[in-house]
Amino acid sequence: MTAAALELRQVTKRFGDQAAVDRVDLVVPHNKVVALVGESGSGKTTTGLLALRLLAANGGQILLDGQDLTPLSQKALKPFRRQMQVVFQDSYASLDPMMTLGEIIAEPLGIHGLFTAAERRDQARRWLEKVGLDAGYATRYPHELSGGQRQRVAVARALILGPSVLVADEPTSALDVSVKAQIVNLLQDLQADMGLSILFISHDLSVVRSLADEVVVMLRGRVVERAPTDMIFAGARHPYTRALLDAVPVLDPKARRRRSFMSAEEISARTPRYRAAELETQPLVDTAEPQLVALAGSHFVEAIVTG
Amino acid sequence: MTELATQATGLARPDQTRQHSPLYFAWRRFADNKAALGAGVVLVVLILMAIFAPLITGTGGNEQAFLTQSLAFPSGEHWFGVDDLGRDFFARIVYGARVSLGIGLSAALFSLVIGLPVGALAGYLGGRFDWVTMRVIELFSVVPPLLAALLLASVTRGGLWAIVLIAALFGWVNVCLLVRAQVKSFREKEFIMAAQALGASPWHVIWRHLIPNSVSPIIVGFVLAIPLAMMLEASLSFLGIGVQPPTPSWGQMINIGMNFIFFYWHMAVFPTLALALTILSASLLGDGLRDAFDPTLKGR
Repeated sequence: MTAAALELRQVTKRFGDQAAVDRVDLVVPHNKVVALVGESGSGKTTTGLLALRLLAANGGQILLDGQDLTPLSQKALKPFRRQMQVVFQDSYASLDPMMTLGEIIAEPLGIHGLFTAAERRDQARRWLEKVGLDAGYATRYPHELSGGQRQRVAVARALILGPSVLVADEPTSALDVSVKAQIVNLLQDLQADMGLSILFISHDLSVVRSLADEVVVMLRGRVVERAPTDMIFAGARHPYTRALLDAVPVLDPKARRRRSFMSAEEISARTPRYRAAELETQPLVDTAEPQLVALAGSHFVEAIVTG
Repeated sequence: MTELATQATGLARPDQTRQHSPLYFAWRRFADNKAALGAGVVLVVLILMAIFAPLITGTGGNEQAFLTQSLAFPSGEHWFGVDDLGRDFFARIVYGARVSLGIGLSAALFSLVIGLPVGALAGYLGGRFDWVTMRVIELFSVVPPLLAALLLASVTRGGLWAIVLIAALFGWVNVCLLVRAQVKSFREKEFIMAAQALGASPWHVIWRHLIPNSVSPIIVGFVLAIPLAMMLEASLSFLGIGVQPPTPSWGQMINIGMNFIFFYWHMAVFPTLALALTILSASLLGDGLRDAFDPTLKGR
């Protein structure tokens, strides 16, 4: 079995005594898009920052193509950073306002000492066109662009080093619906072209449905359900996942949907229960703590198992 | 579930208007502020006068060429009159600008040399370095500058460089605080995280991103350090422990003029006016620049 493009094993991050990310397992296979969904505060953005080693984890391992990054210093990480890049939500804050777009896109090449200055400028112009902007933008500043155009620049900067993994942290949630679709299409095209593996962090399930191969649902720092995208949308097992699906706004006012807002108590009260015999794997039996168990068809859900 | 629009789009092209850097917009806001613009012009004229002093005055600042007309009042020949030692007072005021502005500018430069790196490092590194820096700055803010400067000036027996260094010693605090605040607020921005994710070293992040984004507080801090230093020099010279005669300094000239103020008013009035005008201009310019760079107006 070959190593996954990106793998998190039992990664934990505490802020004070609050665990923002609690023993999370996550696998992004090569050339796949894995969506990480959950409400604000569920720890999905923190998980992304931990994967990028922009935050130091309190425990667990982060593996990039099988290589454990956890023990490496920031200096030793530098070559691996070429393999893994990031696009943030706020396209305005993620571009240096004092630099031209050409300088911004070429910066990664400069940091890694690749090419001459002239070649870097050339590459930047080529990438502007690759992400659907005219090369004439190279001398413009970020504030002259629209949000969608800025997000294209952020994508170009992330991909110019030719990474194998992209962490996209809500790249579309600050954008209009039509612009959102363009960015999703761009990511899809580039993903196919470059064979990218994407960890797509989002709370927008319509985008997730059209982009992701697998969906991981997080709640209060824990992974509560994980399954191929179709399965999540067709047969979510965890009450929280179902609540998320129900909360997606529907454009047709006549199509009434059951809106369910659930408190933490309600969710734990409705935690699925299985008998050990129903499961694919043999989990611990009769523990009070819910655990992630395997159902048929690589569908995992947090549940309480009885004997 | 919402359907996603899927029309293909061609290359977006930039519009025809010229591109402008954020600094250009700051300049435009500054130019709208007439008081600051006027102050800037006055300051430039004063600096030019100081540089080209020999061309605009008949005699040098120290030449006792008019001993027979000592203490003469202002006239067509001597615009600001003649002082008690027979020197053309206009020439002395103009040469005094050299001292005042020279000390102001070099002290501001030294303030920047100390304040910028310390402020940038304190803001970026945080933690213990920041803590120590802040305690040092608090130390400076509880000591009255003039009192400390008096002590230092009497220990070093005055002199131009001693005064420049003393002024810088108290001037770097403001620059440091301004730069630190800016760097601290930018450190958490996503473009800094993006640079870190790209593998940029702390040095690269500070040099390529944080300092260029701190140009506004750097310029403001620099300009506002100028009047502070000039005021300190004037105070010390007024008290007799700053610039020593015969080198003309406005503070020292005010001190001497005080002795004659009831009979020969020009001896006190002109250096006071010159000092007031210069400090007012430098302060107005600094305030105007600060308003022009105000981050709350950014992206307009």
